Amino acid sequence: MTNIERHSYDVVVIGAGGAGLRAAIEAREHNLRTAIVCKSLFGKAHTVMAEGGIAAAMGNVNSKDSWQVHFRDTMRGGKFLNHPRMAELHAKEAPQRVWELETYGALFDRTKDGRISQRNFGGHEYPRLAHVGDRTGLELIRTLQQKIVSLQQEDEREFGDGEARLKVFAECTVTDLLTDDGAIAGAFGYWRESGRFLVFEAPAVILATGGIGKSFKVTSNSWEYTGDGHALALRAGGRLVNMEFVQFHPTGMVWPPSVKGILVTESVRGDGGVLRNSEGRRFMFEYVPPVFRGQYADTEEEADRWYTDPDDNKRPPELLPRDEVARAINTEVKEGRGSPHGGVFLDVSTRLPAEEIIKRLPSMHHQFKELADVDITAEPMEVGPTCHYVMGGVEVDPDSTAAVGVTGLFAAGEVAGGMHGSNRLGGNSLSDLLVFGRRAGAGAAAYVAGLGEGRPACAETDVEHAAALAVAPFDADAGDAGENPYTLHTELQQTMNDLVGIIRRGPELTDALDVLAGMAKRVAAVTVRGHRQYNPGWHLALDLRNMVLVSDAVARAAQAREESRGGHTREDFPGMNPDWRGVNLICRLAGDGLSVTVTRQPVPAIDPDLFELFDPAELSKYFTAGELSGGPDTDNHDHEGREQA
Amino acid sequence: MSYQGQFRIWRGDGPEGTLVDYDIEVNEGEVVLDVIHRLQATAAPDLAVRWNCKAGKCGSCSAEINGRPRLLCMTRMSTFTEGETITVTPLRTFPIQRDLVTDVSFNYTKARQVPSFAPPPELKPGEYRMQQIDVERSQEFRKCIECFLCQDVCHVVRDHEDNKEAFSGPRFLMRIAELDMHPLDVADRKQTAQADHGLGRCNITKCCTEVCPEHIKITDNALIPLKERVVDRRYDPLVWLGSKISRRKGA
Repeated sequence: MTNIERHSYDVVVIGAGGAGLRAAIEAREHNLRTAIVCKSLFGKAHTVMAEGGIAAAMGNVNSKDSWQVHFRDTMRGGKFLNHPRMAELHAKEAPQRVWELETYGALFDRTKDGRISQRNFGGHEYPRLAHVGDRTGLELIRTLQQKIVSLQQEDEREFGDGEARLKVFAECTVTDLLTDDGAIAGAFGYWRESGRFLVFEAPAVILATGGIGKSFKVTSNSWEYTGDGHALALRAGGRLVNMEFVQFHPTGMVWPPSVKGILVTESVRGDGGVLRNSEGRRFMFEYVPPVFRGQYADTEEEADRWYTDPDDNKRPPELLPRDEVARAINTEVKEGRGSPHGGVFLDVSTRLPAEEIIKRLPSMHHQFKELADVDITAEPMEVGPTCHYVMGGVEVDPDSTAAVGVTGLFAAGEVAGGMHGSNRLGGNSLSDLLVFGRRAGAGAAAYVAGLGEGRPACAETDVEHAAALAVAPFDADAGDAGENPYTLHTELQQTMNDLVGIIRRGPELTDALDVLAGMAKRVAAVTVRGHRQYNPGWHLALDLRNMVLVSDAVARAAQAREESRGGHTREDFPGMNPDWRGVNLICRLAGDGLSVTVTRQPVPAIDPDLFELFDPAELSKYFTAGELSGGPDTDNHDHEGREQA
Repeated sequence: MSYQGQFRIWRGDGPEGTLVDYDIEVNEGEVVLDVIHRLQATAAPDLAVRWNCKAGKCGSCSAEINGRPRLLCMTRMSTFTEGETITVTPLRTFPIQRDLVTDVSFNYTKARQVPSFAPPPELKPGEYRMQQIDVERSQEFRKCIECFLCQDVCHVVRDHEDNKEAFSGPRFLMRIAELDMHPLDVADRKQTAQADHGLGRCNITKCCTEVCPEHIKITDNALIPLKERVVDRRYDPLVWLGSKISRRKGA
């Protein structure tokens, strides 16, 4: 096809959030010609929504902190389903990645002695989150964006062309990956503004596309979160792991309806905010699960003392990991102790002076005042669970982030799976983006360097096929009989919310799979009006293909896992089952191309020296007796030995 | 509680276009962007609009509502009366691409012309020490969500297309001020602010501050102090003399 733009790069990074930008910086610093492709304008990625902070064991506020404690907290939070090597690399490297941001110009809040201040957060034993008020994500994205600009200025000076080695393709969507005999050859996409098609010829693609939240009705995620990277990887021959684990953040706004789901940062609780039901009771004390009882306070008095004396008191239960708090709120509302608009009360107004609230939580103050007419310095907020994050994602090699099953494909950030196990701790996302973003850039560089002259080639037939798929929604023959993309999207969101939401039941998951199978066929019948120039209806029609496929993966994995753990709660299988602790569910594209198949694979074993970081009594709550008696190696599947086909 | 709201929305495939009237349902608690989304799902599926976070944090959904630069996601319907016609038009300072979407590449070009953060070369990662009180000045400016409403409203470029070459606008003058006030930045930014970015063209009418959805005091805290520093530097006789007689490397 002659009317298709062609670009040739060493690496194409899809997504310009924290992971994508950090990956691009690393690739460029390895001298790769790097393209960043993003659906929105540069600097608008969903990372800006991250509020609380970046978890990194720098020990600036409590010197007892260390990477080992961070590793331990991460594994606990993920209920020991995390890929231990990823959790280890993450805990070890996060401090370096944060300090590096300062060299790019980031301005974090400070301690009295001038170092980076760190705040408390759910599941973290010590104050660990580097932050800037409650707008840390914005600081991260702007800092990385400005670092990219500085690299472009270097190229401007050196080559007279600021885009010589690093170019941003903004408002550009990738719809298909192009492969050559199982290896990445490039990517196909379109400019949102003009609708024009383009082909990137590149031997390495880094997926940094974020999550899948837009398949759910109540979500903190923006329209961009349509599971593009997850679906691209599946269709290219990659695998998804942990897809049943979807994090419902306990505190989203519940009123007014138009803002339902928008995030209320966990920092509100980290800084002293408490949850109360309609009876005025701090109900979280009733929801501390046995595995966490040793670390969380039994009384309000002890919990309140913890803020000033954390060494001699246990933590308030409001700071339990997110899955626990979300389920507790869900139960309170269901049992009739909710707030007027179907949430519970989150109150910081009686806990901190007004000026302190405005200083520490400025954007929450702003958000509630402007959108809900609520002054959080004077009255409680109403909050409830909102779909926030998917723990599941592309199965990768921890060290290089190379996708299992597709040569030349890498994945970092939310689109990658394994790091967070069954539940992510707050603050571990931004650090994940930086640690594995950098590793993805380096991994792609090493792969490209090893290629030599012969690079995989994009087949013209594949390009034509991708182009035909992309214009299919403009089918004039369908007339008004075609599916409306907005209607289909609304139905999908309702289905996922109702049948694959925070509490799941076997028969409902079966129903969901039926509905999704029907939707996969209906996606092909979606028609749109108008032309290809900046046409949101068309954009949604193409995104739907990914959303429905990834929703199928979530529902199918959720149906297969017959236990409750982290971000997966089965009413018909309550409680954790140690036999399931060692099982990862792997999704691959099914033969029909519209759904996935699910197979089991052992969770990689924890190295013996890391295993010793945990108290045996704690481990006995998670692991089977057999696993513990024989040590961690008895399951005979450490990460080195995993299939890497 | 819902009612039929009256909207006039700019529609057009390029610079040419027209205001189109729509009657559309409005519900309690909604913002203008909700109504635009309802229009997309019903009467106007191809209506082009930028948006992302819908929480006032990403700065994508900038437009003009009844002639005033606003974020569509932060403009509540309750600020209008039920009978009022609400006119939504694209940002006037930038070329229209389609409907409410404009070409904001001017801003990205200007961003690339601001010299980047310059830390002391010997300072290693992890060694940065700064006091909270010293970082707070620049932190205020780093709240900027790059919605470009200040760039849109600033009459230096809004009404004078030919000024765009020489004037970077409030957002990027503020960026220079931010770097200038960064406790560890070692570059001298006064000269570039004046010579390359047109600081002198700003006549502090504070329109930028008025439209800033983050309530950043752009004029008072960034532009005026930057102007004062430029003046100090250019007209202080001691500085002038020093620059003539003792220009040493590293001084």
